[in-house]
Amino acid sequence: MSLLRCQELTKRFGGIVALDGCSLEVAEGEIMGLIGPNGSGKTTLFNLVTGFVRPDRGEVLFGQGRITGLAPDEVFRRGIGRTFQLPRIFPRLTVVENLLLPAAGSQGRGSTESSRSRRERALSLLELLGLASHASRPAGRLSYGQRKLLELGTVMMGEPRLVLLDEPAGGVNPALLEIIGARIVELNRQGTTFLIVEHNLGFVMGLCHRVVVLDHGRPIASGLPSHVRDDPVVLEAYLGR
Amino acid sequence: MRLSGLALLLGVAVAFPIGLPGPATVNVGVFTLMYVGLATAWNIVGGYTGYISLGHAGFFGFGAYALGLIVTRAHVPAGVDVFLLVPLAGVATALFAIPVGWIALRTREATFVIVTIAVMFMLQILATNLRGLTGGSQGLAFPVPGWGAAFDVPFYYAMLALAATSLTVSWSIRRSRFGLGLLAIRDDEDRARSLGVRTEVSKLAAFVVSVALVGMIGGVYGYYVTYIYPQFVIDPLIGIAMVLMAFLGGMGTLAGPVVGALILEPAQLYFPYGLGQSRLYLVVYAAVFLIVILLLPRGVVPTLGDWLEQWRSHRLAEAQDRPRGDEAVVG
Repeated sequence: MSLLRCQELTKRFGGIVALDGCSLEVAEGEIMGLIGPNGSGKTTLFNLVTGFVRPDRGEVLFGQGRITGLAPDEVFRRGIGRTFQLPRIFPRLTVVENLLLPAAGSQGRGSTESSRSRRERALSLLELLGLASHASRPAGRLSYGQRKLLELGTVMMGEPRLVLLDEPAGGVNPALLEIIGARIVELNRQGTTFLIVEHNLGFVMGLCHRVVVLDHGRPIASGLPSHVRDDPVVLEAYLGR
Repeated sequence: MRLSGLALLLGVAVAFPIGLPGPATVNVGVFTLMYVGLATAWNIVGGYTGYISLGHAGFFGFGAYALGLIVTRAHVPAGVDVFLLVPLAGVATALFAIPVGWIALRTREATFVIVTIAVMFMLQILATNLRGLTGGSQGLAFPVPGWGAAFDVPFYYAMLALAATSLTVSWSIRRSRFGLGLLAIRDDEDRARSLGVRTEVSKLAAFVVSVALVGMIGGVYGYYVTYIYPQFVIDPLIGIAMVLMAFLGGMGTLAGPVVGALILEPAQLYFPYGLGQSRLYLVVYAAVFLIVILLLPRGVVPTLGDWLEQWRSHRLAEAQDRPRGDEAVVG
């Protein structure tokens, strides 16, 4: 069953067509990779799904409902979380405050959860991410890689059904990359669906169940990672003819 | 320890007019507490969310006119009863602030600052020109209570109550999830929004609460000075002073605006005496502020907090160094 369905999404910025009638589906429970050359529309797709940008045309369906054009806060409350290429955290809040901030998603425990149980959940998440010893430090003192982990943790606090990760491997050292990959697999096993934009193909191939390739604002190939990698259309999009 | 410190501070504040009686000293107390309340209330929107309003003086004046109109139209006699109507002035200010804030908070940063200044001057112009309502430039008179030599004392306690209210509100917001959302808006509003924080409602709520407190303080001020004129009650210098105090003490902290007001307001009252009738005192006032910005750019309270932390970790490091030295000898 598909959890997220984008239908014929089109978005123009001035004369540039960022997305050109792009349709794709993410199935519940999968880790899907979204790759493509720079400017192929990956981040724009994220922005359309999460409500940062309104599409010129097309629909975004999530679970049972239509979420086209909803505000970002509402999209998160429906159960879609996202991270950014450059990790966006709240530097003047402490690490644990960063985690306590997000609203509960539709699947989450909602407002009935006591502040004590929220705090416990935040602390165990910090444990999982290896940030427990930093809990009461200002988040602005974390390293770049730690910020990536914290950002992921913050999103997970809302207990989203779907998480969109924008270049989780970007600028991260190999040891930390392994940790991030392992956490994604772990969270996926617990039931979270992932859609991952990534340039590090090794990371994508090792992690994703399925890969979609975007070029010039529309999908040109999709399938198993090993298939997509050898597809001549994909090679052409990346390397040129 | 914190609680006992707070109790001591409150005790000193309550005892002040008894220990140092006399209109001159109590008058200084009234204005100092007024600014403690104003800077604390301003900090709820300016410090927590980072939306710098330079137009709060407009709402200060709005509250003063609101109370003045209620009292004069309802023919409330002078006396302590007038203080009971102050919350009504707060409600009126809050109702007025909802549409204003809803529009103004669609802008950010410098644009927001300019919009708030514009709102203040619009209110000043309205107060000058709606003569039938406000008396225009002839002013609006409050009934004058016959409290004689002890005239200032009830006002002192009214201002103390409002300062305490502002602090309690600010403190409970700082501890709540709502307050956490406000601080997140200050750091990265769009990110907060993408984590489900209803940023528009939160900002507006903070703004309305902040100016409602400022409006109530304005009401008591109007009653205290007994006669209000548009250019003196909607005075840009009042709006700037509360911002400077919050900056000086430390924006976004609970104690910062209090510390800032306790330093700057007595200085602001003293300089005109000490430096005569010329406006030279404004230069001194600005110089003090510049020096602080250069030496303590984040404000007194956060900087002192950092020093304390550095000093503590330094001592901790020294304490840890010593046994290591012993081991070396033994080894």
